[in-house]
Amino acid sequence: MNRYPWWANLLIALVLAVGALYALPNWYGTDPALQVSGQRGRAVDAVATEKITAVLKTAGVSAKSLTPSAEGLTLRFADTEQQLKAQDAVRDTLGQDYTVAVNLVPAAPAWLSRIGAQPMFLGLDLRGGVHFLMEVDTASAVRAAEERLVDDLRQLLREEKLRYEWVRRVAEGDTSGVELRLRSAADVAKAQALVARTHPELVVDTAAEDGQRLIGRLGDPYRIEVRRLALQQNITTLRNRVNELGVAEPIVQQQGDSRIIVQLPGVQDTARAKEVLGATATLEFKLVDEEHDLSGALAGRVPPGSRLYPLRAGGQILIKDRAILTGEYITDAASGFDQQSGGAVVHVSLDGRGAGIFERVTGENVGRRLAVVFIENTTDSVRRPDGTVERRSRRTEEVITAPVIQDRLGRRFQITGMDNAREARDLALLLRAGSLAAPLAIVEERTIGPSLGKENIEKGERAVLAALILVVLFMAIRYRTLGVIANIALVGNLLLILAIMSLLQATLTLPGIAGIVLTLGMAVDANVLINERIREERRNGNSPQASIAAGYERAFGTILDANITTLLAGLLLFIFGSGPVKGFAVTLSIGIVTTVFTAVFVTRAMVNLIQPRGRRVAAAARG
Amino acid sequence: MAQQGFKVDFMRYAPVILALSGVLVLVSVLSLAVRGLNFGIDFTGGTLVEVQYPAPVELPQVQAALASHGLEGAVVQYFGTRSEVLVRIPAGMAGSTGELSTRVLEALAAGGEGIKLQRVEFVGPQVGDELVTNAALALLYAILAIGAYVAFRFEYRFAIGAIVSLAHDAIITVGFCSLVGLEFDLTVVAAVLTVIGYSINDTVVIYDRIRENFPRMRKATTREVINRSVNETMTRTIATTATVVLALLPLVLFGGDAIHSFSLAMLIGVLAGAYSTIYVASWSLLPTGLSARDMIAPVKEGAQTP
Repeated sequence: MNRYPWWANLLIALVLAVGALYALPNWYGTDPALQVSGQRGRAVDAVATEKITAVLKTAGVSAKSLTPSAEGLTLRFADTEQQLKAQDAVRDTLGQDYTVAVNLVPAAPAWLSRIGAQPMFLGLDLRGGVHFLMEVDTASAVRAAEERLVDDLRQLLREEKLRYEWVRRVAEGDTSGVELRLRSAADVAKAQALVARTHPELVVDTAAEDGQRLIGRLGDPYRIEVRRLALQQNITTLRNRVNELGVAEPIVQQQGDSRIIVQLPGVQDTARAKEVLGATATLEFKLVDEEHDLSGALAGRVPPGSRLYPLRAGGQILIKDRAILTGEYITDAASGFDQQSGGAVVHVSLDGRGAGIFERVTGENVGRRLAVVFIENTTDSVRRPDGTVERRSRRTEEVITAPVIQDRLGRRFQITGMDNAREARDLALLLRAGSLAAPLAIVEERTIGPSLGKENIEKGERAVLAALILVVLFMAIRYRTLGVIANIALVGNLLLILAIMSLLQATLTLPGIAGIVLTLGMAVDANVLINERIREERRNGNSPQASIAAGYERAFGTILDANITTLLAGLLLFIFGSGPVKGFAVTLSIGIVTTVFTAVFVTRAMVNLIQPRGRRVAAAARG
Repeated sequence: MAQQGFKVDFMRYAPVILALSGVLVLVSVLSLAVRGLNFGIDFTGGTLVEVQYPAPVELPQVQAALASHGLEGAVVQYFGTRSEVLVRIPAGMAGSTGELSTRVLEALAAGGEGIKLQRVEFVGPQVGDELVTNAALALLYAILAIGAYVAFRFEYRFAIGAIVSLAHDAIITVGFCSLVGLEFDLTVVAAVLTVIGYSINDTVVIYDRIRENFPRMRKATTREVINRSVNETMTRTIATTATVVLALLPLVLFGGDAIHSFSLAMLIGVLAGAYSTIYVASWSLLPTGLSARDMIAPVKEGAQTP
């Protein structure tokens, strides 16, 4: 009765062996590395490699190895300090054509990675890096959609010769919509039919008191779609910007319906990361209002349809409200110098649609002035006295330059008016990485320096080791042979947890390590339950064999109940927890599953295998 | 038949222990009401910056560096050694935005050469509120889910005992944090949840034994059955508590500041959980009027595997 079939023993041995194999890469750890890759299809060729080795020599940094990888070239270093020093040196030498990203690469032998055995993914608290949680102001995307709609409707009404007094966006508290006021009540029905045909997303409410007015509100499905798209576009934009920062394995992920998580492992310069990620600048091209007098506007008589904007160089300028082109049509931007004047410029390329619009408008307006408006969005959170939180979006707009349109502009053109090369570079970066569809605000930041991360790993390893030794000693002393068997199972348990974490590429955090330690402490509980049961059965006068069988069988139900309840707590932690707490929940839950396997099946198989001496095992259990 | 093992009339001491336990709960609740919790930045929102100076620094010097950059009112303290400094800026001061930590770093870098950034945490007020809600929900759901599971596997009266005992452990753990002023952050919530998971583990083992003993001791009173069950599982309770405490001690001792609150709270909770299993969870079955009659029928199906 105390014998598993041979295949069951084989299966158990196999699971443990595979577990040990996949846990192995963690033993080797990771090397700080640089990943050099070419941009826009450029390869890291022999010339570039030579340049890199030369600059490393002058910088006094020695790489442990230089290996070609799928992306380009991987350089390994002994420590983070050398890695960062090398990053600066290599980046300066290679320039903009290459990305030089910091990374951690497995130090395990190549055959291990060939069979897919990778070390666990270390959380930011263990490897250092930046974690941002960003909130997308999706309401402003809806506002922008309404503003576009107002423009559209004006044009439509003009085309259909329906005379209107005004078309404008109206907002009151949380509700907003579009208001049309027509010259004659007779046109209302026509306008309504027109709107229904061309803009089905607009839900029209005809309850207007004077019969000349139409009020429409964007339908809920459409609003949701606008918000969703804004979030998606922001995620794409952030991904592009993160790539510009040179980070390997970044995480840019949606959380909930208006938030984005950004994790940048290994990043040191958080100020720069914030600058690049958080800036929500965009460009708009608008015509300068030259029909009206600037001095009149400065005196307070701003003509309708136009507005005063500050000029970057100082002073103000009168600009028409309607944007000809927005940042979303820009496909590429690069900084450079103007061949004639020598000043800093940004070369801009547009996509097909943008080029079409731009060509038409500039063609119609040759000789007039075109303003390049730079718009920056920032969001402040302010806590009101009553405890609620108010978020204020601040929009700063400024005209970079307003040159005269010399000729019809096409797909490619350049923007002048920047003060210096750095400014041009920053603007080009913002434009290249795309514009954000809605302003972003950082609502949570957690940055861990690399030395603290290293310290945390060391502390964690020490705690796991100490816990393991203490528990193993306790079990060996208290339960002798059965204790030793439980201890072997415990080590198997640790290997399996590491293997599963590595295979899932789950993130190991410091609380996650604590979860492993706790699992070690609780795992032997199952063996304690079994061993105490066996002792009890022996005391009740059963034979050693019968006692072992009964001990395992009767304890199993209890073990299952006890572990399922703990698993419930672990799952809830996973659902409600965030960041490090989630990491803890993952290891705790994995640990519970492996515990049931090792503490029950593995120990049982071992007890079975020493069957001939089973008598002695049970005798020892008599204690 | 037992030749060895415990033969203590645990229930006899119940009034004394329960009174003691009641006092502990009362102290915890009072401390929570009067002292409150030392909420960490996770819950209050605000900015925290930890930096390492190459040499020991004086705190007024750090404060002056911050003040010269318009950052008055920041709390500055040593963290571990005299060359490691922690700067806290409460939420609501100076417009709590993500840019604040950058300004702190700039100010400190200007004040001293070669400082090393160890850690930045910024939690916006909105996120802080959500984290509080989520933490409370997680606690509540965990207790209810476990209660439901126990009711399903045992009997509803067992679930009452389990819930009372879990609430007891949670209150004492949180009360301890309040009493000693332990920083209460998200990891402590995780610790409390784990304590709940651990304590129910313990409770289920004894309940299991109680369920098993009812049909065996047909003539005994409920009190006797509970007593016997607690005694029979006593060696296991001691052994398991010992291994868990042995595993937790290294975490408390060398786990480092990042998980200090977490491991300490867990240690206290595990100890509270161990005795609450015996006294709170088991004893609370008595007033529910549980008797052998309720237990014999459901046990029969499980009794097929002797």
